[in-house]
Amino acid sequence: MADGGEATQERTAEAGPTLLRFEAVGKRFGAVTAVDALTLDISDGEFFALLGPSGCGKTTLLRLLAGFEDLSDGRILLDGEDIVAVPPHRRPVNMMFQSYALFPHLNVEQNIAFGLRQEKVSHAETADRVAEMLALVRLQGYGGRRVDRLSGGQRQRVALARALIKRPRVLLLDEPMAALDKKLRAETQLELMELQRKLGTTFVIVTHDQEEAMIVADRIAVMNQGRLMQVARPAEIYERPNSRWIADFIGEVTLVEGRIGEGGIIESALGRLRVTADSGSKPGDSVALALRPEKLRMSKERPAAVELNALPGTVFEIRYRGDMSIYKVRLADRSLMKVTLANTGARDKAAFGVDDLVWLSWPPEAGVVLTQ
Amino acid sequence: MSAGSKTGRRSWGARAVVLTPYLWLAIFFLAPFAIVLKISLSQTAIAQPPYVPVLDLAGGLAGLKDFAAHLSPDAYALLAYDSLYLFSYFKSLEVAAISTAILLAVGYPIAYGISRCPRRLQPVLVMLVILPFWTSFLIRIYAWINILQRDGLLNDVLLMLRIVDQPVAWLSSDTAIYIGMVYSYLPFMVLPLYATLEKMDETLLEAAADLGCTRRKAFWLVTLPLSLPGVAAGTLLCFIPIVGEFVIPDLLGGSDSSMIGQTLWTEFFSNRDWPAASAIAVALLGLLLVPIMLYERMQKRQLEGTR
Repeated sequence: MADGGEATQERTAEAGPTLLRFEAVGKRFGAVTAVDALTLDISDGEFFALLGPSGCGKTTLLRLLAGFEDLSDGRILLDGEDIVAVPPHRRPVNMMFQSYALFPHLNVEQNIAFGLRQEKVSHAETADRVAEMLALVRLQGYGGRRVDRLSGGQRQRVALARALIKRPRVLLLDEPMAALDKKLRAETQLELMELQRKLGTTFVIVTHDQEEAMIVADRIAVMNQGRLMQVARPAEIYERPNSRWIADFIGEVTLVEGRIGEGGIIESALGRLRVTADSGSKPGDSVALALRPEKLRMSKERPAAVELNALPGTVFEIRYRGDMSIYKVRLADRSLMKVTLANTGARDKAAFGVDDLVWLSWPPEAGVVLTQ
Repeated sequence: MSAGSKTGRRSWGARAVVLTPYLWLAIFFLAPFAIVLKISLSQTAIAQPPYVPVLDLAGGLAGLKDFAAHLSPDAYALLAYDSLYLFSYFKSLEVAAISTAILLAVGYPIAYGISRCPRRLQPVLVMLVILPFWTSFLIRIYAWINILQRDGLLNDVLLMLRIVDQPVAWLSSDTAIYIGMVYSYLPFMVLPLYATLEKMDETLLEAAADLGCTRRKAFWLVTLPLSLPGVAAGTLLCFIPIVGEFVIPDLLGGSDSSMIGQTLWTEFFSNRDWPAASAIAVALLGLLLVPIMLYERMQKRQLEGTR
């Protein structure tokens, strides 16, 4: 569990050449554009997440890849070959459905073996591979069980085994953990990562849960209204969002609107704020400064260090979350800024109360300047 | 917590709701059946009613004893003894089995077709299946006599298309019986099949395609096995009433052989042999109890499965 972060690094290094390429892919349902001229490369062996709000087109993209929907425009290349004309039953990709879609008239073993039966694999080999899959998803001894007698977590693993037994080039996972409770979800995420590392198969997961995408994926594509908003590693998406929309969608953020001034300064309604100059913005450009609540500091006195940005305000609201508290602080221009503080102190002894006069401060490099 | 104390003492209204179906069955099924059973154990007599003994409650306990002493299973002995009855039963089962098979072959594609249609069209199509019920059953069968007779519509069309050069004698044949049966019972086959096919999860077919099935194969491996409850329901819903069918074979069929319903009618109205007619009815019920019980058991198993 502790080496999750390292594992991600390791797998990123292993990611091979481009396996999947979406070229200007478009999909329209009548007047509705679900996917809009989308271009994207996915590497061999990558754990790739499609993240976005519901209705953003991520599931449509997955279904286009599986062959359940026909493209309106563009091409999808797998190993350099156009697979658009290949029917779903001949594509070397397998899907794990959100509802799992297990066959209710078949038992666990028959469900898992279903794909091999269509390939005319010998009975002996089928039995071997089913046993191997049952072991892989830790369901030994459940082979004869009816699928409606399984728990949600067990069903999820049968669905996973059924999709993996065909040894697909790409495994597609459509909201695979949506039906699991929070604790089981966390366990399953780790299992899924371990499985992906062991098999080396390319996984493409669709999720609306950003935390899940951050944990499991090597790279994340954030989608909105059928377009890609940003494609990057999880840390980069969080630390270096490329637009106001991404910054706002991923995690908590306070956006301060302003204009770039001379010498690493943003002129805003809150005064002159120091930033680290980058992102190629010119003086006079209107920009937003994105501030993550956990990167801000809060104190009763004005901090002494002059290089820090510091703003006075009053505590407007405190939300207790157990491990931390979320403070909303009202600033001079009546706007609210979010700050999170870890509850490291003694029980029942919050350092700040509502209506306290406080100072918020942050170093110039803590904020991200957004031009889009 | 409060639910536990409530279950012990049901309100009067709740009890009435539970009792109503039992009361219904007792009045409209059990009581008539008891009367039929009693008549089947009586003897024919030239009297009004045409059988003895007649139950007379005024006679008291002694009268009741006397009544019981006169009951005899003679009518059942007749059923076993005269091959006419056995032949009738066999004929009925044969017609019912063949009709049901044809109904399944015709009804399944119709039900499947409706379930694959766009959602908003489906109620209209189901309505069309039920539509014939709005006209009297008897009138519809008479219409078939018109269509099937020697100078009827069917022969006219066949002659016009030069498929036959002599009018075919459709009427008074087994073919006419099958046409009538399939026509009349089709909704009873299509509706339960449609009900199971309509609620089938589409993603199961996508999963089958994803795992390497062509559409045709997915039908045999997924759709058909999952629609078997509907097949069973439709089959029984057609088979059981067809065994006892009277109007269709009487109006469309020939006179060379009769189904059990016709034999019963003859015994009752022509021969005025009420005990024999009642015995035929009781024996038929016994015969049909077998498939009904099989179906009940299957449904029970299914119910347990989904829980």
